[in-house]
Amino acid sequence: MTAPEIQKPLLDVRGLTIEIETRRGPAIIVDGINLTVGKGETVGVVGESGCGKSLTMLSLVRLLPNKIKVKGGTAEFAGRDLLKMSKSELRQVRGGKIGFVFQDPMTSLNPVMRIGDQLCEPLIYHRNMSKADAGKRAIELLRLVGIPGPEQRITAYPHELSGGMRQRVMIAMGLACDPELLIADEPTTALDVTIQAQIVDLVKDLRKKLNMSVVWITHDLALIAGLVDRVAVLYAGTVVEDAPVGELFARPTHPYTRGLLASIPKLSDERASRLSSIGGTPPEPGRRPKGCPFAPRCALAESICHERVPVLEPVAGHSGHRVACFVAQRQLKEAA
Amino acid sequence: MAAEPLIKVENLVKHFVVRLGAFGERGATVYAVDDVNFDIFAGETLSLVGESGCGKSTTGFTLLNLQKATSGKVIFQGENIVSLNEKRMRPYRRELQIVFQDPYSTLNPRMTIGEVVGEPILFHKLATKAELPEKVTRLLADVGLPARFASRYPHELSGGQRQRVAIARALACQPKFIVCDEAISALDVSVQAQIINLLLDLQEKYGLTYLFIAHDLAVVRHISDRVGVMYLGRLAELATREQLFSNPLHPYTRALLSAVPEADPELEKTRQRQILVGDVPSPLAPPAGCRFHTRCPIAMDKCRAVVPEWREVETGHHVACHAVEMETAG
Ligand SMILES: Nc1ncnc2c1ncn2[C@@H]1O[C@H](COP(=O)(O)OP(=O)(O)OP(=O)(O)O)[C@@H](O)[C@H]1O
Ligand SMILES: Nc1ncnc2c1ncn2[C@@H]1O[C@H](COP(=O)(O)OP(=O)(O)O)[C@@H](O)[C@H]1O
Ligand code: SF4
Ligand code: SF4
Ligand SMILES: [Mg+2]
Ligand SMILES: [Mg+2]
Repeated sequence: MTAPEIQKPLLDVRGLTIEIETRRGPAIIVDGINLTVGKGETVGVVGESGCGKSLTMLSLVRLLPNKIKVKGGTAEFAGRDLLKMSKSELRQVRGGKIGFVFQDPMTSLNPVMRIGDQLCEPLIYHRNMSKADAGKRAIELLRLVGIPGPEQRITAYPHELSGGMRQRVMIAMGLACDPELLIADEPTTALDVTIQAQIVDLVKDLRKKLNMSVVWITHDLALIAGLVDRVAVLYAGTVVEDAPVGELFARPTHPYTRGLLASIPKLSDERASRLSSIGGTPPEPGRRPKGCPFAPRCALAESICHERVPVLEPVAGHSGHRVACFVAQRQLKEAA
Repeated sequence: MAAEPLIKVENLVKHFVVRLGAFGERGATVYAVDDVNFDIFAGETLSLVGESGCGKSTTGFTLLNLQKATSGKVIFQGENIVSLNEKRMRPYRRELQIVFQDPYSTLNPRMTIGEVVGEPILFHKLATKAELPEKVTRLLADVGLPARFASRYPHELSGGQRQRVAIARALACQPKFIVCDEAISALDVSVQAQIINLLLDLQEKYGLTYLFIAHDLAVVRHISDRVGVMYLGRLAELATREQLFSNPLHPYTRALLSAVPEADPELEKTRQRQILVGDVPSPLAPPAGCRFHTRCPIAMDKCRAVVPEWREVETGHHVACHAVEMETAG
């Protein structure tokens, strides 16, 4: 893995806040997220479902659903704020410099359009390619993502492909314009382990070839262990821990991260031993507790946790590792 | 495990006849389950794994006689249950239950949780109307839900809570055997761990037997006594948890295992994966001979022509592969 250029991140999200309109008034779902992605760096974003992973990424290309709006923050991509760009500028970026892969291919592939035509569209639009050149490039892309017989496949409709192949077509679309940044939202969650392994290897391979930055969103910590350089752990719309991948697995510090890691069955487990689990579920929008969002489920919670919100602070002595937890920070100081 | 099995599955076959073409003018056969043999022992967790479409769910449904078997037998309490009509099946229904991946689609949205859980109790006449509330409360407690949930509706529950309700409903008629078809696959890891613990607790408490269908091999490795690997409608390998994970014999099992990610960045960086190329072939036209030969890295001529025999190569370790046959014959 090449060392990422830390100095000037390709994507720099600061204080991103997203609100949803509910019957009881506006409620915050994403609460001041900070996230950076360096050039050539692969960042994993993990967290349970509903913690705001998808909305964070959708907001960057301004594809948020109705009733959900960005309330604050900036998201600089190559020095320009995505959240303030004009519509036409944005169209240049979306599907061009930033490629997207969504969780459910059936919602983002057009069911009545041949996959070749769907692949050609952004090439003609963003790259001003001729139809013939775009067609050639589409075949090349399908070959790149490991679809056998791409010359025949470009005339297929999405429903004629298996789930794994559709997902690969989605990745081909995300990669169509040689993006500088690929954002993949649970791209393998619905797939078999065998296909998942193929796709993970494919992305690893491509990012090296194309020197691309990647944001990989998932709830599966095991999956990203061998894939990413850095991990941001999301809980209830905030980043609670952020660290290089080896560091995160070696020294998980936030109680939520520890809970997530402990609940994954390991090779070394005794058969049928009890797994440790985090009781309860994340708060619903509009029902976020006043202090630390994790406090209602946290075994270590103290009175301060119910009063004040912890902020991300460096873990002393471990560069690049940050955690938002009163008790963890205090324990680290006591240990030092 | 020399004891008489709780359930004996013998040469079980399930084919679906489908219509193809714009006007359904052509008939075709889906070879969903083909000549599957295995025993299920009382109190064990037997898992079925394999890629999507390889026939795991169909095996589960057919075994419970929820879908009519094309041929073969499933022996439970001395009776071949797959030959029974719904009326004669009824006494066995109570003892043989199933829990699905998405309980939302199987729980009636207009029934309260209390009604959902109480319905099978009344249906099988296991309690009177007056005794019902207490029974429901006890069942909800068994699955870790407070009694007040009885008056709620399915849409008011989280995914994990709905799965608990589905389990309570399956438990309601004191079954011996439960098929868990991807029962935890749609849940977050943390909730998954809760439900796994619940299933293990209930198994201990009531001596339940599980057929656990799943695609997450880390979970399967955690909870199973024995594991069966299916490929395109056939069993490729069946062995104890230890045998299968430390000494996988079938090339398909090996490929499956090597695709499972471990939560360990160091291990992941150095590990050699054996990536399977391509997708599972269509079950409408499964390959001749060994069905895995189109993706098998060590396929031989024989594999393309002859179906490998289902053999026990070591006590409790069954496999169907010509290469293994040659090795172990030598
Ligand atoms: N009612 C049906 N009519 C026609 N074909 C069917 C029917 N039900 C299942 N099949 C086919 O039978 C094969 C086995 O399906 P099954 O649902 O048992 O797979 P599975 O192993 O449970 O897969 P998954 O992991 O996706 O749940 C598949 O090819 C499927 O498309
Ligand atoms: N279209 C929508 N309408 C209303 N609420 C939504 C919508 N999409 C997401 N939400 C809510 O916003 C929160 C974050 O959602 P999301 O970003 O999709 O989570 P994740 O991707 O981490 O699973 C959740 O509480 C979810 O229920
Ligand atoms: S701040 Fe308090 S409640 Fe929040 S994670 Fe840390 S110990 Fe738990
Ligand atoms: S029988 Fe042949 S093709 Fe099938 S798994 Fe064994 S070696 Fe591979
Ligand atoms: Mg999502
Ligand atoms: Mg299934």
